[in-house]
Amino acid sequence: MEPVLTRYIREPNSYTLDFYTKHDGYEGLKKTLATQPGDVIEIVKASGLRGRGGAGFPTGLKWQFIDKKSPKPKYIACNADESEPGTFKDHLLMERNPHLLFEGCLIGCWAIGAKVAYIYIRGEFYHVQRILEAELAKAYAQGYCGRNIMGSGWDCDIVIHRGAGAYEAGEETALIESLEGKRAQPRIKPPFPAVSGLYNAPTAVNNVETLCNLPAIMINGAEWFTALGPEKNGEPKLYCVSGHVKKPGVYETSMRTTLKQLIFDYAGGIRDGHQLKAVIPGGSSVPILLPDQLDVPASFDDVAKAGSLLGSAGIIVMDETTCMVWAAQNLMHFYMHESCGKCTPCREGGDWLYKLLSKIERGEGESRDLDLLNSVANNILGKTLCAFGDAEATPVLTTLQHFRQEYEQHIRDGRCPVQADWRGHSILTAAH
Amino acid sequence: MSFHPLMPYGEGWHRSDRTLVAEGEPFAFTRERAAALEEICGKYPADQRKSAVLAALYLVQEQQGYLTASAMRHVGEFLRITPAEVEDVASYYVMFFKAPVGRYVLQVCRTLSCALAGAERVTETLCEKLGIELGGTDPSGMFTVLEFECLGACDRAPIVMVNNEHWHEKATPESCAALLDDLKQRGAAALSGCHLRVEK
Repeated sequence: MEPVLTRYIREPNSYTLDFYTKHDGYEGLKKTLATQPGDVIEIVKASGLRGRGGAGFPTGLKWQFIDKKSPKPKYIACNADESEPGTFKDHLLMERNPHLLFEGCLIGCWAIGAKVAYIYIRGEFYHVQRILEAELAKAYAQGYCGRNIMGSGWDCDIVIHRGAGAYEAGEETALIESLEGKRAQPRIKPPFPAVSGLYNAPTAVNNVETLCNLPAIMINGAEWFTALGPEKNGEPKLYCVSGHVKKPGVYETSMRTTLKQLIFDYAGGIRDGHQLKAVIPGGSSVPILLPDQLDVPASFDDVAKAGSLLGSAGIIVMDETTCMVWAAQNLMHFYMHESCGKCTPCREGGDWLYKLLSKIERGEGESRDLDLLNSVANNILGKTLCAFGDAEATPVLTTLQHFRQEYEQHIRDGRCPVQADWRGHSILTAAH
Repeated sequence: MSFHPLMPYGEGWHRSDRTLVAEGEPFAFTRERAAALEEICGKYPADQRKSAVLAALYLVQEQQGYLTASAMRHVGEFLRITPAEVEDVASYYVMFFKAPVGRYVLQVCRTLSCALAGAERVTETLCEKLGIELGGTDPSGMFTVLEFECLGACDRAPIVMVNNEHWHEKATPESCAALLDDLKQRGAAALSGCHLRVEK
């Protein structure tokens, strides 16, 4: 299919305002400004657009929940804190097409009656932030943002807010806390941000890719959008393929495309001389799929039926040189490090899981450790304020489910059986 | 006492690593930075100056390289919040340095996709070449090597981020060794041109 979001991404000047306005830029906003806000929400609802941050919640519905009668200001908070391991689509969109995001933010603001959109960009994307800031200044100068936008008499600001290194800031209430100048820790829900979010005012938190879909929906209509994809799985979709493939990258395609096609056709297949071992299809927080489970369309619903989740569509591919105990340990280091510390099961449990996995990977594991891993992981699952806890338990539970024999081999042999050519030398020497 | 019956909860299993940040030299923003921060505060509602705390801490780091207690007090006064509120935030976010670091801080992404692409060997090479342990600074005070969690560019793995801003993409042990030499010779000029790379 013809790409929508990434159509011009390889053009050398695709990020400039000049290029953007020559290619239908801000046409969606123009149309929006001539449409009643309530009708914009209806169009987005009818389009079936689902949030691209991981949960896949319908965007129109999220906006409908915004408390319109509240006397407080309303806000759009754009989640550009892209940090789910294996995910790098928003990075590309912002780097190559910042005006698409600005236009999406403004359409969202118009729909929910907001006068400010905060783009919360992760601190590590400073080179992207500089592009955003330079282009935003141009948008202000040419009347696409700020006072009297496109001569409509409507005012709206966009503010770019730099984070400082916290995965948890990608959780919507933690992002709001961070915007308020606090630790990025989640809030108890309800109240949901739509009722009481940023500065206790009604707030819609939307992912970058979600907002980037809005201009095309406004230009071409909801029916065009729904016709692109399988039922209830609006399109287009960006997929990030990384790991042991020949051509890692961001690929925009229909949600009818199968995971197998994404890995073998789009990303060029597994590196030469190696075989596929396991795939994490939706960012590190979702269950593993095995090679024989990949013949399913990469849509939210189909991947869920196959036993995993599409999540953020970050597809991490591992070949036979990957030790699955090590992979779980690697991801657990991430979760241990990024746990915000608010809920005890996640804060302490992540630490324990990492220590247990390290012990097994070093070859010092005992068979009772496997039950202990299961027990600790299940005591985190579903027992935390946000989805981080579930995400943290997943790498352990999914590798134990599919690769229990590898764990047992580590314990039986007293060492890691895999010697991959991409592991560190000192680690290999120490382990063997 | 552990809440899990099978889990040891004592020496080595409990983590609490709160350390106080050094007092440091008396600190005040330069006039330019104070003006810049005041402008940033203006982007938030008038009673929400606290929203600018991350920006303020970045400015401290720009001015003196790392955070000190006196700098955090100054930030608190500037934003009309307590020093505890500033420390609460500063201690949480990983991009703030709470102790002196080298002029170039090299942070290697260690998370799965980068690790699959050989990040461990990159880290090893950097440490070996500088003769330091991970987390350390070389004797000349020029380089610090740290590991970092997912930087969000797994297609360009492995990534090395320098000074929280500049990326060195598709790093190999060889390219990183060359980067060290280049930084020694040309300084910050060696860092340009390592992003905005679009694969054909």
